[in-house]
Amino acid sequence: MSDYNFAYLDEATKRMLRRAILKAVAIPGYQVPFSSREMPMPYGWGTGGVQVTAACLVPEDTLKVIDQGADDTTNAVSIRKFFARVAGVATTEATAEASIIQTRHRIPETPLSEGQILVFQVPIPEPLRFLEPRETETRTMHALEDYGLMQVRLYEDIARHGEIARAYAYPVRVQGRYVMDPSPIPKFDNPKLNMSPALQLFGAGRECRIYALPPFTHVESLDFEDYPFQPSKAADQACAICEAADSYLDEVITDDTGGRMFVCSDTDYCAARVAARQGDAA
Amino acid sequence: MYVAVKGGERAIDNAHSWLAEARRGDHGVPDLALAQIREQLSLAIDRVMAEGSLYDPDLAALALKQARGDAVEAVFLIRSFRTTLPRFGATVPLDTGAAQIIRRISATYKDAPGGQVLGPTFDYTHRLLDFDLAKDDSVAPAPELPAATGAVPHILSHLNAEGLMQPESAGEGDVPDLTRAPLEFPATRPLRLQALARGDEGFLLSLAYSTQRGYGRNHAFIGELRIGYVRVSAQLPELDFEIEFAEILLTECESVNQFQGSKTEPAQFTRGYGLVFGQSERKAISMALVDRALRARELGEDIGTAPAQDEEFVLSHCDNIQSSGFLEHIKLPHYVDFQAELELIRKLRRDASAYQEAAE
Repeated sequence: MSDYNFAYLDEATKRMLRRAILKAVAIPGYQVPFSSREMPMPYGWGTGGVQVTAACLVPEDTLKVIDQGADDTTNAVSIRKFFARVAGVATTEATAEASIIQTRHRIPETPLSEGQILVFQVPIPEPLRFLEPRETETRTMHALEDYGLMQVRLYEDIARHGEIARAYAYPVRVQGRYVMDPSPIPKFDNPKLNMSPALQLFGAGRECRIYALPPFTHVESLDFEDYPFQPSKAADQACAICEAADSYLDEVITDDTGGRMFVCSDTDYCAARVAARQGDAA
Repeated sequence: MYVAVKGGERAIDNAHSWLAEARRGDHGVPDLALAQIREQLSLAIDRVMAEGSLYDPDLAALALKQARGDAVEAVFLIRSFRTTLPRFGATVPLDTGAAQIIRRISATYKDAPGGQVLGPTFDYTHRLLDFDLAKDDSVAPAPELPAATGAVPHILSHLNAEGLMQPESAGEGDVPDLTRAPLEFPATRPLRLQALARGDEGFLLSLAYSTQRGYGRNHAFIGELRIGYVRVSAQLPELDFEIEFAEILLTECESVNQFQGSKTEPAQFTRGYGLVFGQSERKAISMALVDRALRARELGEDIGTAPAQDEEFVLSHCDNIQSSGFLEHIKLPHYVDFQAELELIRKLRRDASAYQEAAE
């Protein structure tokens, strides 16, 4: 492609993004405002993640894009094609082979390694937004480390339901300081955020915010001593395809009489397990 | 065994082919030329230019054609193109007082220097379908006068002269650019006006209407509404004179609002301001009313819970590309989050029924 710069964005924009990313890395969990550009895909469809990925990409990179854990969901396909076209980088579906992974709503099952970058697409970066709609207020609350409102909310859940009724986008505290929204990943994935050897970057395009977890950052899911955080997934089920019992499962309705099956949401993990088994058999 | 649906890539390609075919419609009907759209759907062009923040009628025509006439989709195409353009700098402030006027009315004075010019307006037309248009669109030429020359002063300048109009501050430093810096609150008035100028016409109309109906009520008179061609020039660093490089059509509205004074300000008239690319009175008037409503805090007025007076509410939600994108993103797969919710609801129900059984 000659009519657009490498990875679509012009170099001045990439520099602005890299500065925001560096600041975010320097203050883990803090939401850095950045001048988000209008991208050729709609807001809410990964414009923040796409800008962060564009700012990080170099021609030698190998890119993987997943949505709901899968490489072949429509929006993942669309974003992967976008970068294949405007950056000409190699793409892969294998988690271990990727140098940059852009994701929506999942962290891959295969543990990440040093040198990898995981880019999250974030719809609402502010973990306090649903408690306080005003940005001017929530910024002050973060500045003062005033997270009482959040603790009260979690306590109210326990009082009403007997547990914290949050299944995804479960709030975390970063390095004992900022409360952070981990993007709408299921809380099953929250433990993977902690002490990850990979660099984790979060981009919210519409809301003009970037934040980050540098490698080996301490990330704690909010809880109470007597109600400890519990990651959860489909109870007592294993994947119907690869029989994994340790991966996050999607429920698939198979008929109209209540039949259903559970399969890995991470398609690469599932396919690799099936391939390994077939290799063993042969 | 059932295997989850694959083939997203092929499905996308096929959907796009179908879209291209649907856009073209019946091949028995001639292809629509961009010039036809530009000349005969000019108000649609104006809306796309205004909300797309890019003054280029030909590109707007292309965007409308590609978007199958969907204004918001066309705005989206223009915005995505605009974002790739380099920013050279700012023009010198436009002199709308020197506009070549095609329409100019005031609701506050029966007559004023420069006169009332109705221009090409829908006002006072009877909204009866003109069935002749379906057959033959030949139009008799409209009567003409020689173009007026010289500047036509703004009507509110007459109130200014008497000291009854609150003076506007000149503003300092560079004009902020919403597209090059993240919007932070509280925003300055130039930034607010910039956001409103590219904001969704329907959203601003509803907000303006809400102020008229009592949600942040502040009665507005149209001091002046003018539509005209304005020269655009810039000061280049190497030269010591200005270069005029374009002439654009603008709609400008200045509202006059009564203000009874507060502890800090004497009683006087205050102004709401609207300025929009092209011919768009509805948008310009709406913008002026919303601008005035957003000045409530600065003027020390009582602020209740009226949405139109709430800067964060208005500015965070007025952009139709942001709002439509986020609204429509819920079409994307959410299997993972939904699965997590499903498990949670099942668990809560199990817990609740166990509790009930224990109670019985």
